[in-house]
Amino acid sequence: MNIHEYQARQILREFGIPVPPGEIAETPDEAAEIATRLGGPTVVKAQVHAGGRGKAGGVKLAQTTEEVREKAAAILGMEIKGLTVRKVLIAPAEEIASEAYVGIVMDRANRCDTFMVSSEGGVDIEEVAATMPSAIKRVQVDPRYGLLRHQAAALGHHLYDDPDVVRQAATIMNQLYAAYRASGGTLAEINPLIVNRAGEVKAIDAKMNIDDNALFRLPEIEAMRDVESENPAETRARGAGLSYVPLEGNVGCCVNGAGLAMATMDLVKYYGGEPANFLDIGGSSNPDKVVTALELITEDDNVRSILFNIFGGITRCDDVANGIVAATKRMELEIPITIRLTGTNEEKAIEILEANGFEAMVDMDRAVRIAVERAAV
Amino acid sequence: MGVFIGEDTRLVVQGITGRDGSFHTRQMVEYGTRVVAGVTPGKGGQRFDDSIPVFDTVEQAVSETGANASVIYVPARFAADAIFEAADGGVATVVCITEGVPVADMLRVLPYVHDRGARLIGPNCPGLIVPGCCKIGIIPGQIVEKGPVGVVSRSGTLTYEVVFQLTRAGIGQSACVGIGGDPLIGTSFVDCLAAFESDRDTEAVVMIGEIGGTDEQIAAEYVSSSMSKPVVGFIAGQTAPPGRRMGHAGAIISGSEGTADEKMRSFEDNGIGVARRPVDIVDLIRDRS
Repeated sequence: MNIHEYQARQILREFGIPVPPGEIAETPDEAAEIATRLGGPTVVKAQVHAGGRGKAGGVKLAQTTEEVREKAAAILGMEIKGLTVRKVLIAPAEEIASEAYVGIVMDRANRCDTFMVSSEGGVDIEEVAATMPSAIKRVQVDPRYGLLRHQAAALGHHLYDDPDVVRQAATIMNQLYAAYRASGGTLAEINPLIVNRAGEVKAIDAKMNIDDNALFRLPEIEAMRDVESENPAETRARGAGLSYVPLEGNVGCCVNGAGLAMATMDLVKYYGGEPANFLDIGGSSNPDKVVTALELITEDDNVRSILFNIFGGITRCDDVANGIVAATKRMELEIPITIRLTGTNEEKAIEILEANGFEAMVDMDRAVRIAVERAAV
Repeated sequence: MGVFIGEDTRLVVQGITGRDGSFHTRQMVEYGTRVVAGVTPGKGGQRFDDSIPVFDTVEQAVSETGANASVIYVPARFAADAIFEAADGGVATVVCITEGVPVADMLRVLPYVHDRGARLIGPNCPGLIVPGCCKIGIIPGQIVEKGPVGVVSRSGTLTYEVVFQLTRAGIGQSACVGIGGDPLIGTSFVDCLAAFESDRDTEAVVMIGEIGGTDEQIAAEYVSSSMSKPVVGFIAGQTAPPGRRMGHAGAIISGSEGTADEKMRSFEDNGIGVARRPVDIVDLIRDRS
């Protein structure tokens, strides 16, 4: 799960990291009102789940309250990487003497959390890794011990020379790690971490990704989910226990199993079609899940053809067949459905489907080809 | 001993009295797995299906029955605890079926299991099966057939799909190992490849990967540096958009890392036959065996 910058800033603040104050505005008037209260130069920042906000024009400095109102008006409603900006963060602008990058990521390859700091702040870390790798220092954190004192110090020393600044930075490293751990983080970035003209180290941006699997034990973090910024179909899918990712195409897919669902999407593309979605209905042949799946798929106006691809292992194909029949009886479906199932009780399933006017097949490639052809009609 | 499990396997089922635990225990017993014990805290002293003794702890189960492997059918919030307990209880192989285990839990579990010399398979995996011998987990017994091909996969039903196609083509399997769909897992592709390379009954290997992470790329280098047996590979998620979790917690392209293209290229660069479609796996393995 993603959280917005303002939410990540709040978490970091709670763990003691110096983060300038800031408030959220949803209208230009609100933005102006906040700026008036803050006083002084202000920064207006789009709050969307996308990188490159600055490059897209979603981060602007403003000297006066009127300028804040103007910038907020320009940024609110803007689209950045397909996402509409509904909120802006209004925060005091800092006088920046230097910028650095600080991040922690769950490092799959090394099976640990890894800290990365770079003296090239404000720049995309992947770019730095590609062009100036020596600017980055990495420290692996042993999960049994957490971030050790000397590790935090080493990270500080990589970025700064002044002993007081190093000390502030090392403290922030510890606080960031604590915040990351406590929030179920898989990524926590401060980019940039700045030193201002008074020699104070501050975090003027924050980003965190949260492990979905940890949300069950972090209700206050789960409550940060921005449902408005989600495709409503995704919200509904999550509520129904389905895995759903909307795509651009017109062949709606309904599959049991994530790997098989991905392979099905790939096969649609291979045969010249465009998948409309990824959808894993999991191991259940429950008709209600099939109904929800069909509703989700058909809510997408682009869908011209629906493909079921079911491998019945423990799940019995005839249970799924009955589910499809029951589901389609409850809905008025005009979109052609192509059904492929194989595995336990496949002959029985085919009988059931044919008796209800559906064609069912066993060969996956054939089913995909037919589903693609039907979308083109 | 087959690949990780075999005739000597004596299995304890953690969560035996739950809905999934009880259903799959019966399936495993029917397939021929020697299930010697079950563990459900609070139900020690009972007998499952009038035959399998149930204990309160893994330690008791191992002490009384000599169990040397464990399978975990326990909800996500308790799964890490169950893995800790199994490793501490002295079993050599722990298979965790559970999906939804927090990654922070796995960070702590992995060194603990390693230090106790146990092998963890999973989590979020269907388990493994040695055709004609035994199975641990939920891989359906009726789709496999004994033969010379080792199968290792991150997926569940996609694995069944491929295995079923191999079986239908008369190409049997030495062992099928589901390593799971999560980003942090106990047993990697390389671990399985090494086991297949030294397994007398395996002549060729099929690897089924997905987007996310670098496990397939690392395995590809292992294939060219350390394997004599032919390998065929398939990657699911060639059309997945970046940054989105495609069902499995580990199936996510992060920045530019973990794309299907990258994995398929590393397969090609290391002499692994690359299947564009699942159906191509059968032809490729037949050509290379």
